[in-house]
Amino acid sequence: MTTASPPPAALGTQPKPAKRAQKRTQKRSWSGWLFIGPFMAVFAVVFLAPIAYSIWLSFFRNQLVGGNGFVGLANYSQALQDSQFWSSLLRVTLFLAVQVPVMLLIALLVALALDSGRLYGKSFFRISIFLPYAVPAVVASLMWGFMYGTRFGLVGNINSALGINLPNPLSPDLILASIGNIVTWEFIGYNMLIFYSALRVIPKSLYEAAEIDGASQFRLVTAIKLPAIRGALVVAAIFSVIGSFQLFNEPAILQSLAPNSISTYFTPNLYAYSLSFSGQQYNYSATVAIIMGVITMVIAYAVQLRGMRKES
Amino acid sequence: MKSKISPAVLRGSALALAAALTLTACGGGGNDAGGAAPEEVSADDVQAALEEGGDLTIWAWEPTLEKVVEDFEAEHPNVNIDLVNAGTGNDQYTALQNAVAAGSGVPDVAQIEYFALPQFALAESVKDLTGYGAGDLADTFNPGPWSSVQAGEGIYGLPMDSGPMALYYNTEVFEKHGVEVPTTWDEYVEAARALHAADSSIYIANDTGDAGLTTSLIWQAGGQPYKVDGTDVTIDFSDEGSTKFAETWQQLLDEDLLSPITSWSDEWYQGLGNGTIATLATGAWMPGNFTSGVPAASGKWRAAPLPQWEEGGTASAENGGSSLTIPTASEKGALAYAFLDYANVGDGVQTRIDGGAFPATAAALESEEFLNAEFEYFGGQQANQIFAESARNVPEGWSYLPFQAYANSIFNDTAGQAYVSDTPLTEGLKSWQDASIKYGSEQGFTVSE
Repeated sequence: MTTASPPPAALGTQPKPAKRAQKRTQKRSWSGWLFIGPFMAVFAVVFLAPIAYSIWLSFFRNQLVGGNGFVGLANYSQALQDSQFWSSLLRVTLFLAVQVPVMLLIALLVALALDSGRLYGKSFFRISIFLPYAVPAVVASLMWGFMYGTRFGLVGNINSALGINLPNPLSPDLILASIGNIVTWEFIGYNMLIFYSALRVIPKSLYEAAEIDGASQFRLVTAIKLPAIRGALVVAAIFSVIGSFQLFNEPAILQSLAPNSISTYFTPNLYAYSLSFSGQQYNYSATVAIIMGVITMVIAYAVQLRGMRKES
Repeated sequence: MKSKISPAVLRGSALALAAALTLTACGGGGNDAGGAAPEEVSADDVQAALEEGGDLTIWAWEPTLEKVVEDFEAEHPNVNIDLVNAGTGNDQYTALQNAVAAGSGVPDVAQIEYFALPQFALAESVKDLTGYGAGDLADTFNPGPWSSVQAGEGIYGLPMDSGPMALYYNTEVFEKHGVEVPTTWDEYVEAARALHAADSSIYIANDTGDAGLTTSLIWQAGGQPYKVDGTDVTIDFSDEGSTKFAETWQQLLDEDLLSPITSWSDEWYQGLGNGTIATLATGAWMPGNFTSGVPAASGKWRAAPLPQWEEGGTASAENGGSSLTIPTASEKGALAYAFLDYANVGDGVQTRIDGGAFPATAAALESEEFLNAEFEYFGGQQANQIFAESARNVPEGWSYLPFQAYANSIFNDTAGQAYVSDTPLTEGLKSWQDASIKYGSEQGFTVSE
């Protein structure tokens, strides 16, 4: 496996194709900015400004009584001691630890099966497994919400048809697993596609060489395919980490069906949402959002470091 | 994809993440509460605005308003009204609060339920209508709804409807199983047992924890968990009324006599239609929803006085009911007030009664035509007589929190746990109380237990 181009240099210092190194030192040219100017303007407005604004917000507190005032880091110290915030973080961490490995493993198996070339009707399977990803998350949650219903839903139908009593998937004990099931269903296809495209670009000559050496299919997978798609695995893992920490749509939709199972602080994002939109605590909500952003960055970065370690 | 992802890509996605997160935090800021005197707008100004005409944006979910808007536009051809359903209840308040915070996209008229009005009044998000002459309307409305639109010295909306409570019951279910319609809550529990024993698919009611129902029943029981004096707030769910409610409801919860279906869900409508939900204790605005939402059960339902906490009692309570308000940011106050006056005081009242709404005006409640109206859906029952009687028997002295909308939004986090676990309801109410106190204190109120 080859490593592609080195990381692009930091924005704004991109060297233009200089004719000669010495010429550049004589006169600093600003024409580069002309080219990246439009991008930088958009970047500043849509990426940097909201972050700066959130950080700005997080230093204030706006009360129903007493109005707006600067409070320094008080919001941050409150968040760090906020048991609701930590319980939501713990919940998504648990979700991450269980759901992501299951989902990635299934996606990997499917991708390997498709890539093996031994599957009949390959494109049919590929498209059907990918299809759930094309269903909007809101629709998917509603759909699953109906199926989970113990009275008129699929679970209810199974119960009455077979005369059994399945546990309620929307009860407080099972709700996280039920959401995990929805998310897995939604994103297996997406991750499968990442893995599958990575598998497709492995040179065929490697397989031929391995076969000449008498390697089994299993050896092909462990010795060639998996190492070759390690980059894709790490990318998928990072996306999944970010996705888990941002969990919002599914619990927000199911909340109306199971209000006592999904609290307003079920996930950090849901917590930030309810703080902001039902509690009008915009400042504290911004604080929670920033802390979550930092935590997510740190964990995603750790996953990346860990995933890439052996390669370098 | 054979490359390792570069730090730049990672940084990019992290930034995108942070940006996405912060989007939820946009808005906010700048509603500095200045205690300005209310605007003075005379009747002539209102008349002039009507003649001049213009566009009005109204946010409301009340279905009968559609006809009112139509009539109003026909009468005043210069006025063009955009009636928007921006969501029901809390969804709409969220949208309204965001529009107010953002300072743009604020409607000219907004429907706000009585329980949520103090919050908007306190933040001065809606106009004080005393300057428009609303003070003269004191005798026009019933005392209950009229006191609900006032906060301090101000009048922050005109009452549109009211929700004196009644017990709706499926008479077919009761007759089939030979169960008497309960007149006290103790009988209600008995009836719940009898019905569920006769057919395990029947529940006396559905409830997954409803802040509105809980507070209304405590109100009926004579409880006053909330006491509000300006910014001094007392929250105490250990008084006698609250305890009565909690003890009775606890029996229903312990014996699984309440169907775990959330109101307004598909399952709920089905349950009301197929007889698995036998009763519904709610406001007098319900008949319209029955007709439109549960057409299959037409003729099976009846209304009865709310069961009593004490035998022989007559107490009732309000549940829901809403007002029309004018957001402070609207620049068309005079024209908006003209509409409020038409819809809630003028000809709009009768239009809405004809559409199945329950009025807030005193005259309408006393008119023979109103009292003798027969509800086809209730098998020809003159249900308004029950509702009007209920409206007269609402205990005084109840108040909602100035942040009730938020308190209601966390009801299921706290008290709702009693519905799905072994937590007793009294403990659930206590934790609701604690969470409400915490929020109130954070918002600068002086809150005590």
